[in-house]
Amino acid sequence: MDGGLRGGAPAVVVAELAKRYPKSPTEALAGVTFEVEDGEVFGFLGPNGAGKSTTIGILTTRIRPTRGRAMVAGVDVAADPVAARRVLGVVPQQNNLDRSLSVRQNLLFHASYHGVPTGLRNRRADALLEQFGLADRPNGRPDDFSGGQIQRMMIARALMHAPAVLFLDEPSTGLDPAARLFLWEKVAELQSTGTTVVITTHDMDEAATLSDRVAIIDHGTLLALDTPTALVRGMAGERTLDCTVEPAVGAVDAGTTLLADIGRLAGVRETEQLEDPTVNGWRIRIHVEGEPAPFVAPVAQSVSAAGARLTDVRLGEPNLEDVFIHLTGRALR
Amino acid sequence: MTTGERVGAAGPGALDRLPAWGPWRTGLAILRRDLFVTLREFPIFLAQVTLQPLFLLFVFGKVLTELGYARPDYQLVLFPGLVALAAVLTGLQSTALPLVIEFSYSNEIEDRLLAPLPIGAVAVEKVVFAAMRAFVAAAVMFPLGVWILGSIPWTASTFPAVLAMTVLGCLLGAAMGLILGTYVPPNRINVTFALVLTPLIFTGSSQYPWPSLSHLRWFQVVSACNPMTYVSEGLRGLMSPSIPHIPTWVCFVVAVASLVVLMIVGMIGFIRRALG
Repeated sequence: MDGGLRGGAPAVVVAELAKRYPKSPTEALAGVTFEVEDGEVFGFLGPNGAGKSTTIGILTTRIRPTRGRAMVAGVDVAADPVAARRVLGVVPQQNNLDRSLSVRQNLLFHASYHGVPTGLRNRRADALLEQFGLADRPNGRPDDFSGGQIQRMMIARALMHAPAVLFLDEPSTGLDPAARLFLWEKVAELQSTGTTVVITTHDMDEAATLSDRVAIIDHGTLLALDTPTALVRGMAGERTLDCTVEPAVGAVDAGTTLLADIGRLAGVRETEQLEDPTVNGWRIRIHVEGEPAPFVAPVAQSVSAAGARLTDVRLGEPNLEDVFIHLTGRALR
Repeated sequence: MTTGERVGAAGPGALDRLPAWGPWRTGLAILRRDLFVTLREFPIFLAQVTLQPLFLLFVFGKVLTELGYARPDYQLVLFPGLVALAAVLTGLQSTALPLVIEFSYSNEIEDRLLAPLPIGAVAVEKVVFAAMRAFVAAAVMFPLGVWILGSIPWTASTFPAVLAMTVLGCLLGAAMGLILGTYVPPNRINVTFALVLTPLIFTGSSQYPWPSLSHLRWFQVVSACNPMTYVSEGLRGLMSPSIPHIPTWVCFVVAVASLVVLMIVGMIGFIRRALG
């Protein structure tokens, strides 16, 4: 509703935002700066404890920043939290639905807190229940629904007062794959209606699928901010070939000779053996220059020369997880 | 708007035409939610708040006096005290328990903390609503008293003062509950309730007139520290003036002062819990 009013101004502005919790020696958020464009889906990717929830907490007026500035839809959240709460919507990680109320009543009372007039309230509740696949049981109590349905109820509730910016905190945590896909579909729909969505996740697929731009955050610091494609493009030199090898009968070494052989092939930058207890045999990752496909044949030759057998080959395209590992030196999960 | 239409935040039914809206109206909307939930289960609520005072009235006011173990005028002591007890105790329980649950297990309070009103106003709403419940509990004591005891001490001229003191008692209890509900960690609430509630019930001068404790000095001092004593004594002075009691004006002054202190402490606790 505010896109036109604010004339394309950023939906969220964060400047040098920092938070140090009492009794904590380090800053949970150490001076983060970014902007979210109006109508954008903005992903916040990082491991648990990276500072994602602290940032969302500050933007949604539930955590007071130690320093810095945070604006949502043109409202300074620290200076005027009451006005900020009118323009933002929050879908938390954990179920916080009103268990004493039915699904529909949850939506209606939320709207009444935000001053939505009765007639509009009813129409919006019906439309949102329909849109989120909840129209068949509007009078059920939240406790009787699945995790995926609860998640959808909380999104529908947050949209009742038509927030300018919707914050989704780890929305697909604990959801089964089908519920997750449905959720993603709904977020994409929101975007098509011009809603600005800020989403936190430690799931790189989620970040890559949903977001127009992704901010990678770790230890309270913003490490990178760009479109998923641009972030991954920066990793172009990081193509890989993942092989599973069944060692020769009676092989004495643990694959080191084979790794060295492969490492001598032209165009191979680096080889490493991956720990994978689920696989019988050796798991080998080969980092190559350019396209990985042409390396399949020479690698297979090296493997048979060593008397071993190649049982699986995967061509690795770099993804956000690799970007994260590249930036932080460790895996996301 | 037809059903099936996509409703985005910026979608149909644009809310930029919303009427002027003040935080106090959000507060009222939250209060309406609480009333809605309570009224829907009114009989259960009534049973919840009246059972304990009902048995106290029956055993102490009726059984003991009929058996001759208590003097007939004990009813004059007991009845105002039990009104005070119902007010304070129901107020306390109506804030403490829901707060503990909403802050820890259900997180239900979040939707209200994210509503457009100051965080402190959410605490005030909790206290006001709890006081309303407590007031019902205290008011129900009057017909119950007539029914069980046959008659209750009553002077029409002191009615406004009785009403004011009862409301004060309800608010005092609710403010105590605000403190319990926000300072006590959820895993300690059972222990805390046992350790706080029983002493609170039996040192609040609801079953005995405070001035007559002069020969039991230490207990008189302990009772004087319980804000409920001033509600019991205040109501006793207004309803049964023949029984020795603390001067009514003292009761009002101490009760109001306690309310202010308890509310300040409770609000600090609430805001600390609500904001990171």
